[in-house]
Formats: sequence, C-alpha cells, structure tokens
Amino acid sequence: MEFDIFLLEAIINGLLLGGVLALLALGLNIIFGVIDVVWICYAELIMMGMYGIHTTHVEWGWPLALAFAAGIALVAVLGLILHHFVIRPVLSAQPVNQLLVTGGVLFFLQALATLIFGIEFRNLGISLPSFEIGEIFLSRSRIYACLASLAAMVALWVFLKRTFLGTAIRAISQDREIMPLMGVNPRRVYLITSGLGGGLAGLGACLLVLQYDVHPAIGLTFGPITFMICVLGGLGNLLGGFLAAFIFAQFIQVGGFYFEVEWGYVFAFMFFIAMMFARPQGLLGRST
Amino acid sequence: MSLAAGTSSAGWLKWGGFGLLCLVPFAGFSDYILHLAITILIWGTVYTAWSLMGRFGLVSLGHGAFLGIGAYVVTMLWNHAGVTPWLGIPIGVALAVAVALVIGYPCFRLRIKGHYFALVTLALGEVVHMVVVALRDYTGGSLGATPVSNLSSDVTFSLVALQLSDKRWFFYAVLALWLLALWVWRLVDGSMMRYALEAAADDEDAASSVGVRVTRARLTVTVLSAALTALGGIAYGQYQMYINPETVSGIAKSLEIVFAVIAGGMFVRFGPTFGAVFTLLLAEGLRVGFGHQIHGLDLSIYGALLVFFIIFMPNGILGKITDLLAARQGIRRGADVLA
Repeated sequence: MEFDIFLLEAIINGLLLGGVLALLALGLNIIFGVIDVVWICYAELIMMGMYGIHTTHVEWGWPLALAFAAGIALVAVLGLILHHFVIRPVLSAQPVNQLLVTGGVLFFLQALATLIFGIEFRNLGISLPSFEIGEIFLSRSRIYACLASLAAMVALWVFLKRTFLGTAIRAISQDREIMPLMGVNPRRVYLITSGLGGGLAGLGACLLVLQYDVHPAIGLTFGPITFMICVLGGLGNLLGGFLAAFIFAQFIQVGGFYFEVEWGYVFAFMFFIAMMFARPQGLLGRST
Repeated sequence: MSLAAGTSSAGWLKWGGFGLLCLVPFAGFSDYILHLAITILIWGTVYTAWSLMGRFGLVSLGHGAFLGIGAYVVTMLWNHAGVTPWLGIPIGVALAVAVALVIGYPCFRLRIKGHYFALVTLALGEVVHMVVVALRDYTGGSLGATPVSNLSSDVTFSLVALQLSDKRWFFYAVLALWLLALWVWRLVDGSMMRYALEAAADDEDAASSVGVRVTRARLTVTVLSAALTALGGIAYGQYQMYINPETVSGIAKSLEIVFAVIAGGMFVRFGPTFGAVFTLLLAEGLRVGFGHQIHGLDLSIYGALLVFFIIFMPNGILGKITDLLAARQGIRRGADVLA
C-alpha cells in the first residue's frame, strides 16, 4: 500500500486534538476523583468561558492575554458557585441525582447563553497562519493549544505531588472518611478542587476559542466526548484519561479521514461502549 | 368495609376519567388544545416507558436512541422503500429491542451501573444521533426528514401510510398507546419481578444470592422500555410529519426525558405523565408569557426549576404529593391505634 501523506496529517492532527481533549478531561477528572460527582455541565462551563473571552476581547477591546486571564477566572468562579449552591446540597443524595442536577445546570447555562448572546456563531477573528512541514499543513493554533495543555498538565502534576494542598487533595480522593481526622477540612478541599476544575475548564475555553466559533450548543459537541474520555481512562485516573484522550482523538481524526467526521465519532463511541464491557474499571483503573 | 368503598370509588374515578378522555376530541376544544393533549399523551408514553427502568435505579441517558430508531426506521422505510408503516412499526420496534438487548445484556451481566450505566447509555444515544447525521444522503442529516405524504386537501386519511390529518383520530391512537404504557407499568408493578428488581437495586449481591435472576429481570424491563419508547418515537414522527436528529435523539432529548420524569415523579404510575403535563404547560406558559422576543428566557427558567426540583423534591411533584398524603394518613392511622 502506498504511503499516504494525508493519513499522516490526520494522525498528527489526531495527536494535537488529543492534547486538547486531554486537558478538557483533566478538570472533569480531578473533580470526579476528589468530590465523586460528574459535572454533566462541564462543557457548558467551557462555553461560558469562551463567551467571556469573546466579550472582553472583541467587545471591550481587552488585550488577548488579559481576556484569557479573565476567562479562566470567570470559569473558576462559576465552578465555585456551582459547587456551593448546587453540588453541596446533593452531596449525600443518590449518585444519579448528583449527575442529573448538573444536567439541569447544563440546560440553564445553554439557555442563559442564548438569552444573553443570541444563537449566532461568534469568533475572535484571529486566524493564525498554518504551519508547514514538507507537504503537511498543521494549524498553528492547534499546536499552541496542544503545547499549552501539556504544560498545564505538568503544572497540575507538580502541584498535586509537591505541595501540601495537592497532597491533601490526593489524600481525600483516596479516603474520604479518614482525612477529616487527619486535620484536612473536606469542605475546603472540595471548594478548592471545584475552583481548580473550573480554572482548567477556563483554560480549555482559551484553547478552544482560538479554533472554534462559540455558540450556545457548542457544549453538546465536546461534553459527551469529555465524559467518555474520563470514563474510558477510569474516572478519577488522570493518567488513564490522558491516554484515552489520544485514543479518542485518533478515532475521530483517522475515522474522519477515511469516512466522514460523524463516522469518526460513531466509531469512537462504539469503541467506548465495547471497552466498557471489556474493561469496566477503565484503561488504567484497578480492578475491584 | 371502608376499603371496599375506596376501591369502588377509585374504580369510578378510573372509568369516569377514561370516559372523559374519550370525549375530549368531540368536546369542541380548539386545535391547539387537542395538539397539547396529543403531545402530552405521546410524551407521557415515552416518560412512562423510561420510568420502567428508571424506578429500579437503571438511569438511562440514552433513550433518545430508541426514540430515534423507531421514528427513523419507519420514516426511512416508507420514504425510500415504500414499506408501509404497518410493517415498518414492527421492524422499528424490533430493531430498538435488539439494540436494547445488545447493550443491556453485557451491562447487566458485568454489573455496569450508576454513573457508568448512565454514561454507556449516553454513548449509545450519541451513536444513534451521529449515525442519523452521517447518513445524511438518506436521512437529510441535521435538516431532518418528512414522511412522504399521501394526504392532500381532499384525502384526510391514508391507511397504508398510517397518516391522519384529523387530530381527533390521532388522539385516539395515542390514547391507546398511552394506556398500553400504563398497562405495562401496572403489570410490572404488580409482578414478582418488581420485588426482585427493587431488591437488586438495593443490594445486588444479596438479591442474587437468594436466587433472584437479576440480569433476566433487568433485561425484561429494558426491552419493554425500549419497545414503548420506540413506539412513542414512531407516533411522534407520524403526528408531526417531521423528524430531525435533535428532536428524536441526542443527549439533549435524552436528558429532557429524564428531567420530565423527575419533575413528575418516577415511582408512581401517573408520575411520568404528570411530568409530561407539567413540562409542556411550563414550556408553553413561558413561551406564551415571554414570547419569542426574549429568546432563551423560558428555557433558563426551565433549567433553574429542574435544579430546584432535584435538590428539593427528588421524588417529583406527584411523588411529593403522594408522600405527603401517605404521611397524613399514617398519622391518622397512628392516632387510631393509640385511641
């Protein structure tokens, strides 16, 4: 079979997409690992961040770096609000109700975005030139996004391993009952984790807003795939989520290369279902 | 004595209610009211079907898959192969049941539950959604599809296409479907299987150790639920004469089903239907009240109310009412014992 340069391009694009998806999954994963709640509305938080960046940069004329900082801060605050007003009251309820309550937030945020911003597609109007190696064209914003997400992951890893607070977060994800006795205040750790998860969603917003137009339904494009990456990696398992993001991205890009992009998603979701049956604990999860 | 009187008055209520429902089409209501009634009955059927699983802790976020399979199989067979819905309906339902079995069996066998079950079904819903979009040459993709109409200004009824332009007859068709769903609910509610499933939802190991065939019981309710949901999707397609991937499949539709059921209450027989009434009236009320000028306001309030419901009334409105009534009766009964 003749070597196909476009296939190589699809594979490399898959790697770059994998980096971004890995970052999206990271915030959701850390929240699940620590608080044991899945934020179904996670992608809608990212959407709010994208709108925040768009508004501050395009409408108010803030420099892009400041707009990015504002976007991250906005989503971090939304994460805190979400935890305090919505998650905390249902912490002891059935897991399914915890899942669904954030689904209600999904509808709310989607409608709120429609209310405030309307349904038209908006973009920053920045198009970075593409990058050329041999005959392969790569989007510069994708490369930046992938690099930024790798940097964020390393920073998070250092934070979790090297700081007291990071250690407390990891400890509470391992044993919820014992840690209060050790002097760790779970309420505080939960709140900090929610802010951290929100901040990561905000960073995701920065990376996505460079590549995609923002509209109220954009969360539905990224939401399902983000949960599936987390579950495939083993919910709460950061390294597994990282690996799963790259596998999913290859399915989407290479599947999209041979067929159409929707089929790429269909294969990725079917692979997910099959893997749930083969390894219900996730790729790197421990069997229980 | 008082018990017998209670049953007969409940019987009167039931038959009286049924009689009144049958009269609805000829009571001179406007087309709009009739449209609301038909919509409520269709979604009441789907929500009741969902609750057949949901009440036993099998929370599916992928019922859009069954809805979509039913609606699209019947419409595609009719549009592209000229197959009458009389044949298309059994095929669509059979396909939905087959998908339910293929996904359900390994899930129950491997004990995938809670979050994981919800996410597997969510993936299933997305698979169906994406397949419909990807097959755009046949399905029209995101633009949706319209069943080829056999009707015209002087033909109001086509038996072979199962198309009716008169809402009144459609009302009877969906009324029958809704009653079928309620009947299935009652069968499950009164069966031994119900106790098996409740036991399994509480503690699966204990239930299977005393001989409950958990997988089999769960598959049974899943198949019933998928079949009724597919029928609901078919009824929706034939009634609206237009389907698109967002209205009959996809994550948003699947979540809508779950929320309506939660608002109504999934543990009582009329709870899901009440959820359909409540969500439809709320949506219509907000739409009429605020109009289209303020786009998104109705859904913002809707979303906020859902969050409120799940936090404060996890058993739904009707569930809350029956709980309160039961508590009052319990107090009265307690007082009788003391006296």
